[in-house]
Amino acid sequence: KCVKCKENTTVLIIRAGDAFCRGCFKEYFIHKFRAMLGKNRVIFPGEKVLLAVSGGPASSSMLSQVQEGLSRDAPKKLRFVPGIIYIDEGGASGQSMEERKRAVAQLESVFRATNYHYHIVHLEQVLSLPSSVLEAGSSATGKPPTGSSYKAAVDHLIPTRKNQNQHPDLSVENAQSHLSNLSMQEVQNGVTSPITPEHTQALKRLFASVRTPTAKEDLLHTLRQHLILHTARTQGYTKVMMGDSCSRLAIKLLSNISLGRGASLATDTGFSDPRHGDVVIVRPMRDYSSKEIAYYNRMFDIPSVFIPGLDSKAQDKASIQRLTESFVTKLQTDFPSTVSTIYRTSEKLHTACPPQNTNTQLSAKCLLCVCALDTKLGESHCQCTKMASHHGNGLYSLNKNTQYCVCSFREPETVDLKSLLCYSCRLTIKDMTALDALPQYILSEAERRRSQMREEISEFLLDEEEDEAIPRVNGS
Amino acid sequence: MLLKQLETDRGGAELLFGSVKEHHVTLPNQSEPWDMKQLLVWIRGNMLKERPELFVQGDTVRPGILVLINDADWELMGELEYELQDKDNVVFISTLHGG
Repeated sequence: KCVKCKENTTVLIIRAGDAFCRGCFKEYFIHKFRAMLGKNRVIFPGEKVLLAVSGGPASSSMLSQVQEGLSRDAPKKLRFVPGIIYIDEGGASGQSMEERKRAVAQLESVFRATNYHYHIVHLEQVLSLPSSVLEAGSSATGKPPTGSSYKAAVDHLIPTRKNQNQHPDLSVENAQSHLSNLSMQEVQNGVTSPITPEHTQALKRLFASVRTPTAKEDLLHTLRQHLILHTARTQGYTKVMMGDSCSRLAIKLLSNISLGRGASLATDTGFSDPRHGDVVIVRPMRDYSSKEIAYYNRMFDIPSVFIPGLDSKAQDKASIQRLTESFVTKLQTDFPSTVSTIYRTSEKLHTACPPQNTNTQLSAKCLLCVCALDTKLGESHCQCTKMASHHGNGLYSLNKNTQYCVCSFREPETVDLKSLLCYSCRLTIKDMTALDALPQYILSEAERRRSQMREEISEFLLDEEEDEAIPRVNGS
Repeated sequence: MLLKQLETDRGGAELLFGSVKEHHVTLPNQSEPWDMKQLLVWIRGNMLKERPELFVQGDTVRPGILVLINDADWELMGELEYELQDKDNVVFISTLHGG
């Protein structure tokens, strides 16, 4: 009999032995969503929230929960303005245009039924993103806006008191229309500008240049995040809701450790992810196991569209992510508390420093995943060692006092990304055979940061005329 | 003759069955009643178009695949020991990422 109402016949077992009847399960499911949002009070009334829907069961379930929460007449009704984004990754996973169109059409009919504003974005559009998407925005204006002027417009959009004092003449609506004009994508309510086969080819080339499936998945995830972030910024959303379930996050936690992302575990798997500054990513589904979600979707007819991805039908050992998934799922069958134990452990992880730390300079963030760099800048002398080994009998001297390498020959012309990346992004890039296949915004932002770095250390560099000089020690 | 409705729903399980979501199957007659274990063997032999290891592992389903019998969790019905009745509805839902 049902553990809650003790009367009706049970239909489902959750966790380690709790059997629910249909009605109690529905209540439990809906309540958990609202409790999760209520416990972590980060979503304010009236805020624009972007729901990242991949078509899979978890995000479709999230969409239905948002509908459920917004429609209630209860006094504690959820109050925010939702929008939907779907990213069509068919170009990377090798789907044909007809298959992609079919999937998009199916999803569009689901989105239309919700009456929310929706955006269909193709992964190919990542190739035309502006490089300012890699900058962590902040609602508190610490430094003057760099790069394109849309960043300034984004600052106007966020209704903090500081911004309103600085630019009182620009109303929110004006800023929004200004922003839409600057946006790279022509977004009305629906599909963005069509993509050309050349774009798809460029995207395919990018993914073909990545050797391992692990790195492919990692890169795909990063590019997806950039696209979502860009859409959120240009369309005025301040929060993004991702549909990561408990099981998925447990797997993500373990595979991130294996990928070398241990330093950013808290932000990668926690409820809120503040790394981008102005746009906060939240994960309201993190308390639901995939069994609960699958069952709810089936029982209450939640529409979801299955779209095969990069790793569909892949072998168990194809990538680190797949291996971790099969490990956790297998363990879960014999020990049903596996996933929840990992989840509870992840809840105990906290970020060490406050999110809006204005002392964190831009250069201290990883170029790709925008988390804090876990490799110190002083390690740039390693680069010189590498270059020396490359160039054979080059001359260089290391000044131990200043911690900066004092090179006497110029660096190679190709953009060296490694010093700008965190450890795991470095590993991903290392698996790429053609770095120039990366989208333009990454390469140009990398160039900009490196020239910034060069400027900073230029006073320590020797001129070419001097050979093995002992430089003057600057008081550091 | 047992008439059965098999659904491979969502999550991509249908990919292994030729992208068909609903199957109406008639199991051949036999003296003892069919149980789930035998059904899985039968599915593996007769219906799986490719990659059987992505669906069946040993004599049970692969971890991560949910089985519902008449819209109830099969864990409540005895899992593999459940004896199939006429016109039963069995649903397989894959909760895994790949396949």
